[in-house]
Amino acid sequence: MKCHRCPKVATLHITELLKGEAHEIHLCEDCAQGYLQNSSGDEAAQASGTGLIKSAAGLGEAELEALEKLVCPTCKMTFREFRSQGRLGCAHCYSAFREELLPLLENIHGEVHHCGKFPKRAPDDSQKRYQLIKLRNDLRLAVAEESYEEAARLRDQIQDMESRSSHETSE
Amino acid sequence: MDLKDLIQLRGEWMRGEGPDADIVISSRIRLARNLAQFPFLARADDAVRGEIERTLHQHVVELSLGGQLTYFDINQLEGIDRQFLVERQLISRELAESHGSRGVCFTRQENVSLMVNEEDHLRIQVLHCGFELDSCWREISRIDDLLEDRVTYAFDEELGYLTACPTNVGTGIRVSVLMHLPALVLTKEIQKVFQALQKISLAVRGLYGEGSQAMGDFYQISNQITLGNSEEQLLKKLKEVVPNIISYERKVRQALIKESRQALHDKVSRAYGTLKSAQSISSEETMHLLSSVRMGVNLGLIDDLPIPTVNELFMHTQPAHLQKMRKTSLDSADRNTARAAYLRQRLATPQDGDQN
Repeated sequence: MKCHRCPKVATLHITELLKGEAHEIHLCEDCAQGYLQNSSGDEAAQASGTGLIKSAAGLGEAELEALEKLVCPTCKMTFREFRSQGRLGCAHCYSAFREELLPLLENIHGEVHHCGKFPKRAPDDSQKRYQLIKLRNDLRLAVAEESYEEAARLRDQIQDMESRSSHETSE
Repeated sequence: MDLKDLIQLRGEWMRGEGPDADIVISSRIRLARNLAQFPFLARADDAVRGEIERTLHQHVVELSLGGQLTYFDINQLEGIDRQFLVERQLISRELAESHGSRGVCFTRQENVSLMVNEEDHLRIQVLHCGFELDSCWREISRIDDLLEDRVTYAFDEELGYLTACPTNVGTGIRVSVLMHLPALVLTKEIQKVFQALQKISLAVRGLYGEGSQAMGDFYQISNQITLGNSEEQLLKKLKEVVPNIISYERKVRQALIKESRQALHDKVSRAYGTLKSAQSISSEETMHLLSSVRMGVNLGLIDDLPIPTVNELFMHTQPAHLQKMRKTSLDSADRNTARAAYLRQRLATPQDGDQN
């Protein structure tokens, strides 16, 4: 879980009673220090309500714009969107935002290289996988825009790719 | 299997067996996995969520996990049934409370559960009672292999298994141990434990995971990091640290017995007395008192109550369980009365009530 005030991982989970209602606040160690030093009801409501928006507030206009321009080519998620939601859009985001993610991963895990289990059958055809994810994203947008002809075309293309790939796996 | 049948069964964590079962309730491992050909859920609309759900549903129910498997479409379940599954630790609160196509598949023994469309496409969970991490890992890794024969996971050679949240990337593993630590809480020594754990990147959570309160002196200790360490290394860390907490809790219990036996005995007996005779009791108070009773049983201060029964009472007195047993929905005040009645009945003749 992400800290309510900054992109770091929350390590302290607080439940505050505010006018008889429980509010949950999740904070990283640094933010928790500040929180505990001037804890008040208002503070708690603010942290649980507007914390996500505030997390980007420390950045200048130009920096925010740069984050906005950083887009995953497959699912069209922007790095700014990721910063505010804490969730990536697709597997390709990890490559698209690699440079920006590495310091974050270093901060969270202290390491940036996987050294655990490997699937016996690693997806070596990642280009094709990304293509499928991209088509699905285009389909989602086409449906949202009510471009049904485009949607039908994309759906056929997805089905076509899927049946080809399942054919390959079964061989 | 119907949900109401589950009430008759004793879930894995209630068995009260396994190594160090006086303090470690259960050991649990979960793996986060995503299918390579789909976007993560943040970029999945209803149609894609549905497709992911159908794909995984089809595969998970066909797994041979050594027992009958049941699949539930969470969308089709009433709120109370979702809550019931949360109380039994079969699904997370997140899965219960989110929207769209999602499901859970679990074994009759309730020690394996597979959640579909939680934060990631798939969350595999294996739970064993007592302090048993190695057997959990062997089992979950085998299930992971079985699934991998059928689907292609999102994986990167550098970063490992790719997850929706970067906090889970790499191994996608969370190894956690659910501990009952009443003596450390009573003496406030628990704060020292928290601080020590935080320094070595281990997280402490309440009974129902992320963000939940530590009810009934139950704490889940788990790994924080998932990248850069192998699964075995992460397991090893817990295997080294947990025995220290176990012996700390035992030491403090013995000190309490030695220095203030009468006060402790009084506290435990009053808790037992209240549970046996209350006419109306909240879930929080029940958890709190059962915690004292559980410690009392382990210290020999109460000798007519088996631990599995105490464990079972922790679960059966929770809101959804209580209502499922009563076969009706009850408001908070009625639940408190029903809970007290249930406790009086179970504690009057614990031997007879000890179902299996």
